[in-house]
Amino acid sequence: MMKEKIKASNKYSKEHILFLKSHRKNLLKIKFFQIGILFLIIALWELLSRLKIIDSFLMSSPSRVINTFYTLYISGQLWNNVIYTVTETIVGFALGTTLGILIATFIWWFPFSFRVAEPYLVVLNALPKVALGPIIIVWMGAGMGSIILMALLVSVIISVMNVLNGFREVSKDKILLMKSFGANKSQIFFKLVLPSNIGNIISTLKINVGMSLIGVITGEFLVSESGIGYLIVYGGQVFKMDLVMTGIIVLGFLAWAMYSCVAKMETYYINKEQ
Amino acid sequence: MELKEKILELKDIKMQYHTLEQETVAVKNINLDIYNGEFLSIVGPSGCGKSTILSIVSGLIKPSAGEVRLNKKCKNISGTDIGYMLQRDYLFEWRTIEQNVLLGLEIKKILDEESYSYAQELIDKYELGKFRNYYPNQLSGGMRQKVALIRTLAVKPQILLLDEPFSALDFQTRINLSEEVWDIIKGEQKTAILVTHDISEAVTLSDRVVIFSKRPSEIRKILIIDFGDSKIQIKEKRKKEKFNEYFDIIWSELNDERKDKGK
Repeated sequence: MMKEKIKASNKYSKEHILFLKSHRKNLLKIKFFQIGILFLIIALWELLSRLKIIDSFLMSSPSRVINTFYTLYISGQLWNNVIYTVTETIVGFALGTTLGILIATFIWWFPFSFRVAEPYLVVLNALPKVALGPIIIVWMGAGMGSIILMALLVSVIISVMNVLNGFREVSKDKILLMKSFGANKSQIFFKLVLPSNIGNIISTLKINVGMSLIGVITGEFLVSESGIGYLIVYGGQVFKMDLVMTGIIVLGFLAWAMYSCVAKMETYYINKEQ
Repeated sequence: MELKEKILELKDIKMQYHTLEQETVAVKNINLDIYNGEFLSIVGPSGCGKSTILSIVSGLIKPSAGEVRLNKKCKNISGTDIGYMLQRDYLFEWRTIEQNVLLGLEIKKILDEESYSYAQELIDKYELGKFRNYYPNQLSGGMRQKVALIRTLAVKPQILLLDEPFSALDFQTRINLSEEVWDIIKGEQKTAILVTHDISEAVTLSDRVVIFSKRPSEIRKILIIDFGDSKIQIKEKRKKEKFNEYFDIIWSELNDERKDKGK
């Protein structure tokens, strides 16, 4: 593979090789600055707290975060909480997305139901789902069920809206073409509407991972039993800012990891398409 | 042109559209017989309901009054006998050329060995064999429209409806493709109804040209096109004196139409 590339590059003109080089250089430059900024912030944070310019009791510091992380890791608390949060997110995400696609399909199938449901969708979409927290806890109890329901609620409405928009944007003329062959509703859906919306559905998945995580953390804040969200809230309550900072950093990493998984799926799909 | 059997009859067709503000009569008093194997064009001022007629014939919409008879039988829903070719190709980007061609067969659930091999034959015959496994975005506009035609032909329709199928193409492609499509349609011995606003296209391709009036449209004139030689090439037709004569007749009909209505 590499050899082929080098061989091929011999065929290019000098100008083209220079162009490729400068392109590669540019990419490296971007990576360098991305990583550099991270290091700079960490170093500055550590330095300022060592020099006592900032209060490490309030602001924590990278070395204290690493210590806390290590303690959590040794005691097994880290894994427990990570697994708890990740499980909730995945289940909430899967349920929210599936339900969202099913509801969107139903509404597309019966255009009358769209006219009826529209105002409800608009209100439900604008309503901050956190406000439903107390009701959920009272009804479902303070446990994983409540948190998953919260994640589902946060992600389902946005999925319905996104997926339905995509369904409704399928060109009227393509539908006419299908009808001219005598296609029925389910043929129009499975041969035209659904396949032309795969890209849209994948981008909805990307949004939904984030949405589901928001729902889970909100739920963990309210339920306060387990999970990264719980660690953060607990840390705040007992004034252990090290724990709060560690929680946030772990959470950032989780968000990135889950998003990358879906992004990987998308690349896989696009490659398959081509 | 020798008279052949009637394949399609339009009787007293009337169509009106309803909006909240008003109802509009698009076409009325349409009586038209179409003969087997004939190439018929419909021209008329824009918005005159030319496409409406095609939609009615295909069964996609029901006329407000009147009836469509196919092979002397009353026809209600769109059947296997009509093929509709639209302004754009509307090929599905996620299907290969071959899969696109098979779309109609799949929908009608008549995809079997026989219909599959017929579709393959068409693909090869019209020089798309090389592109069988290509995706539509790898083909030029003219080729894509040709694929659309083959997709329509694959279900073996008796009558082809062509709704300005060349209007989205550039001039040169349009001329070349219209010739090719004409050859294909005549070769497959299909009856075709073409809606167009391009007078020269109507003159060169058709056996008869129907001129529609402005809305509410009626048939203003039916012009029989005869170059005296049935084997004449499309390109040659453009050079004949008769081409200009026919062109002028249609041109002035459409122009008079504008003046009449202006009064």
